[in-house]
Amino acid sequence: MILDVNGHAYEVEVEPRRTLADALRKDCGLTGTHVGCEHGVCGACTVIVDGEAIRGCLMFAVQAEGAKIRTVEGLAGETLHVMQQEFERHHGLQCGFCTPGFLLLAVAALEQAPELNDAQLLDVLAANLCRCTGYQNIIKAVSAAARRMKEG
Amino acid sequence: MKRWTGRPITRFEDNMLLRGAGRFTADLPSPKYMRFVRSPIAAGKIESCVAPEGVVMITAADLEGVGAIAPMIRKFGYVPIEQTVLARDVVRYTGEPVAAVIADSEEEAEDFADSVMLDFRPGDAVVTAAESLLARAPFIHPGMDSNVVVRTAMTTPGHQAAMAGAAHLVRAKIRSRRQSALPMETRAGHAAFDVETGRTTLTCTAQMPHLVRTAIAGLLGMDEADLRVIAPDVGGGFGQKMSLAAEYVVLVWAARKLRTTIAWVEDRRENLMASFHSRDIEIAVTGAFDADGRFLALSGDVTANVGAYAPYPNTAAVEPLMSFTELPGPYDVKEYSCAARGVITNTCVSAPYRGVARPAITLAMERLMDKAAVVIGLEPAEIRRRNLVQKFPHTTPAGLVYDDASYTETMAAALRAADVPGFRARQRDALAAGRYLGLGISTFCERTGYGSAAFAARGMDIQPGWENVDMRMDASGKVTARIGASPHGQGLRTTLAQIIADTLGITPAEVTVIHGDTDDTPYGWGTFASRSLVISGGASLIAARKIRAKLIDDAAEMLEAAAADIELGDGFARVAGTDRAVAIAAIAGAKNGFADEGFYDPLGTFSNATHIAIVEVDVGTCKVKVEKFVVAEDAGRLINPMIVDGQIHGGVAQGIANALLEEIVYDETGNILTISLADFLAPTAHEIPPIEVLHRETISAATITGAKGIGEGGTIGAPAAVLNAINDALRPLGVEIDEMPATPARIFAALQAAR
Amino acid sequence: MKTCGFKYHRPESVAAAVALLGALAPQGGRILAGGQSLVPMMAYRMAQPGHLIDINRVAGLAGVSAGAGVLRIGAAARHAALARPVCGGALGAMLPHIAGHIGHAPIRNRGTFGGSLANADPASEWCTLLATLDGGVEVLGPAGERRIAAAAFFNGVMATALRDDELLMAAHLPVLQGYNWGFYEVNRRAGDYAMAMCLVAYRRVDGVMTDVHLGIGGAEAFPRRLAEAEFALNGQPVGAEIFARAADAAAAGLDPMTDHNMSADFRRHLVRTAVARALAGSVA
Repeated sequence: MILDVNGHAYEVEVEPRRTLADALRKDCGLTGTHVGCEHGVCGACTVIVDGEAIRGCLMFAVQAEGAKIRTVEGLAGETLHVMQQEFERHHGLQCGFCTPGFLLLAVAALEQAPELNDAQLLDVLAANLCRCTGYQNIIKAVSAAARRMKEG
Repeated sequence: MKRWTGRPITRFEDNMLLRGAGRFTADLPSPKYMRFVRSPIAAGKIESCVAPEGVVMITAADLEGVGAIAPMIRKFGYVPIEQTVLARDVVRYTGEPVAAVIADSEEEAEDFADSVMLDFRPGDAVVTAAESLLARAPFIHPGMDSNVVVRTAMTTPGHQAAMAGAAHLVRAKIRSRRQSALPMETRAGHAAFDVETGRTTLTCTAQMPHLVRTAIAGLLGMDEADLRVIAPDVGGGFGQKMSLAAEYVVLVWAARKLRTTIAWVEDRRENLMASFHSRDIEIAVTGAFDADGRFLALSGDVTANVGAYAPYPNTAAVEPLMSFTELPGPYDVKEYSCAARGVITNTCVSAPYRGVARPAITLAMERLMDKAAVVIGLEPAEIRRRNLVQKFPHTTPAGLVYDDASYTETMAAALRAADVPGFRARQRDALAAGRYLGLGISTFCERTGYGSAAFAARGMDIQPGWENVDMRMDASGKVTARIGASPHGQGLRTTLAQIIADTLGITPAEVTVIHGDTDDTPYGWGTFASRSLVISGGASLIAARKIRAKLIDDAAEMLEAAAADIELGDGFARVAGTDRAVAIAAIAGAKNGFADEGFYDPLGTFSNATHIAIVEVDVGTCKVKVEKFVVAEDAGRLINPMIVDGQIHGGVAQGIANALLEEIVYDETGNILTISLADFLAPTAHEIPPIEVLHRETISAATITGAKGIGEGGTIGAPAAVLNAINDALRPLGVEIDEMPATPARIFAALQAAR
Repeated sequence: MKTCGFKYHRPESVAAAVALLGALAPQGGRILAGGQSLVPMMAYRMAQPGHLIDINRVAGLAGVSAGAGVLRIGAAARHAALARPVCGGALGAMLPHIAGHIGHAPIRNRGTFGGSLANADPASEWCTLLATLDGGVEVLGPAGERRIAAAAFFNGVMATALRDDELLMAAHLPVLQGYNWGFYEVNRRAGDYAMAMCLVAYRRVDGVMTDVHLGIGGAEAFPRRLAEAEFALNGQPVGAEIFARAADAAAAGLDPMTDHNMSADFRRHLVRTAVARALAGSVA
């Protein structure tokens, strides 16, 4: 089976029960997607599938055949993505474990709806758990990135 | 001359983490995976444990010769209860590891574990401390005549008289419900046996890699040199990863026995069920006050439900003893009497979680102060003002020495920022409209950065505390600092680089901090107890000063000047007031680099803060919304203010969670009910309000960098501020709540009771 | 927390899906729609289906269409698809509002309307909607198609009249042109399952409320209309006192679910609050 991840084709052979998160980590070698709870609450496994943020632990890899998958490894080009830059500037990460999930959650939301205001961004960000930052700087970082992404 | 300490420079850690190129333990590939078969019951005898044909299984019977985890303190009648790394004959808590299976994948390992047939003879489980203290309760460990694992008491000579002479006696009884640190990364280990060298490398999510090495080597009867422990990127610890996981011991044993590589990745259900719990504590306090609201005496009684075994290295005594020692907090209490006990139950082991017992003792004292304020007719801030320690050094009844600090000043700053009069007007208007707003204060001081003397005083067999730093400047002027502390999000690679750069006159980017690998770093005690910047920072400063002295001497010679006239900065050694300079890199090149080490073992220092929470209690839903949170803190010199703020934000969030949301629940048979994140409720971005942080920097001689510890303050003060705010909001209804988390169900029950 | 092993099927037509379900249901075969409820259950091994029939690529199951005062929601329509207006009337306004209460965006991107109905969690918003508005479902099995009214559909905690070999095809809901409506949900954190929720809709004719639909979710084994509360409102003018009486009637008429966190009294209290606030919202 082919998984299309960050524009590359990964040939993988997996049991149906292997989740997309686990397949990305173990079969594609992309360990940037993290597993925090395996029951769809913490959002650490958030990836973008066909333009939408989804929980990688709640989708089986076989279901993602033919879809365009983006993981944190695909965000940066020559330089860090605007979202990554703002997380760094605003100290939006400490241990870094929840960070890939938040990055993709925020990027997907803003790509779909660039005009999100701060209250709507808070609704978006409430989808994922962070234990280190108390969310203060994540909110600042995403707000700043939203402004920059809108300006293009 | 550019200085780096005090600046909010962005972190060196971030680039890799942002790209998803962090290296967490579960990221390592492995040919084999281990999974634990865990007890489904809280107490009983194992009758049989049988794996199907073809399933490789390890039980206690295979582990002859492997030691039991039995940390020791030689004080207070502590009983060194033992935990075999796999349950042998008897299980003592739901989730206790009974066996381990090995498979080629995590999926298969889980199938194998589920296929193991476990037969038990269930026994009577005791779940609460109260049950466990009853005379008829079964004794959970052999050789004991009760379930009390440690007890202590003290009374100062004038205590009785002071209580008798009081104008007011005020009582408070608080209940802190069981917590779990919930790091986003669960525990994991990856043990690789090298057939050529006979050494095993354990990569694991530990906060104290050197101690893990010492402990496991000891338990397995192997040479420490044959075990290398690496703590790579660690996804949060908060203390939960400071205590030795029995699972690591089994993992290393199996890798060596099978001469292969095996990984263990804890899942979230296991993490909630069987990783360390904390703070299941009840504290009763009585304050004796004079007519002016001044503390004459304090009585305390502490019961901590410490679970079924003892965490290594802190022992099962850590929470009750810390409560006993630190209860008076920032208040000038002259006469003190306290009795404290740690009680064993058939529940998961309790171990330090950010703040340890301090959130509970702060809740007790801060509820007491608020109740006393009402009884005596003083404002909450005023009664605190009259009792906060103001002269330093201050020695507490239990013998702690508080160094220079700013308890009253930070409270004043917090009150100003919270605009109390403005709030009171808003509160009155809201009440008239049937809405309940409240403001709560908590003040506390926090013991941080303490070295081996403090651990020795506890009577621990293992006496952590000091730190070594090995520092090298190479011939090109680049510095490497190898440290024994082991960060899990604190930004030590950045903050230590700032300290070292300032001392040596170079930039932080030229400093590389190496940590986490026992092969590459000097022995150290890891990261916990708000210590790593204070102690590793102190040791780094000492090492850097030694190299600085050599640089200055060499520069003086090269520039034909007096050493006293040499300044280091911006990459150069310069004769002060002239333009005669030589590049630091050139000095290093000429001398083929420098090497030195720093050792620091401080007595410890106390940071302090005041927290203020503003809440609204919706009596229709019994939910509490925290509208605003203010922290005025003093942790001495801020090395990197952005990182300091981050630590405070995270700690406050966990404190708010403790106050309102998070609770591990057992039913009366010892079955754990909170085994998913749908039951154990962590706060999202919606539950944490904007947090305003104000800083003071009281520079104390007790810490050579001037920095005090900052890691735990948020969790210590926040719960009491929130609880006091809830009580302030509901006072018109005659409601008092002294239990955390103050869930909607508890608030409803309190409202019913008040009617 | 890896799921048990299963055989995976991915039909591309309704006929193929129904045929597979008919053949595999006796062997524990189940439908995989959004997976946002099923997969966590499988992760905890509380569900161990030997076969999963993935209907995410079945043509024609996700359509949403309105006609003759009824909205037909294809079972595979995502919650996110209902987060923007799909029809007029009170229904058109309440759907996006209620959808916003379901989990969080990543869950709404995958979870399906039909999946929520079939799963029948006592605290499911869509189940409460269906029950309150007296909607119905279309199901298709080996024996053919049948329609089940909401009142007959939910019959226990996570139990419905859907047979193991039947595929839920669509739900039908009245558009309720010209109706007032209100919705209020009590939960611990935004996006969590409700501890109590109330949906109310009614027409105001000559200053009084008529055809009141008032349903409660999250508080009993399954969501339902509360006749006692509706009785207290029908024929009455809107107003805080009437609303309070209806809230009291709802609380009194409740058969509350309880657990270690939730006493019967507390559940009633929350229902009273949810009803009062839903009603207040209906006139705001």
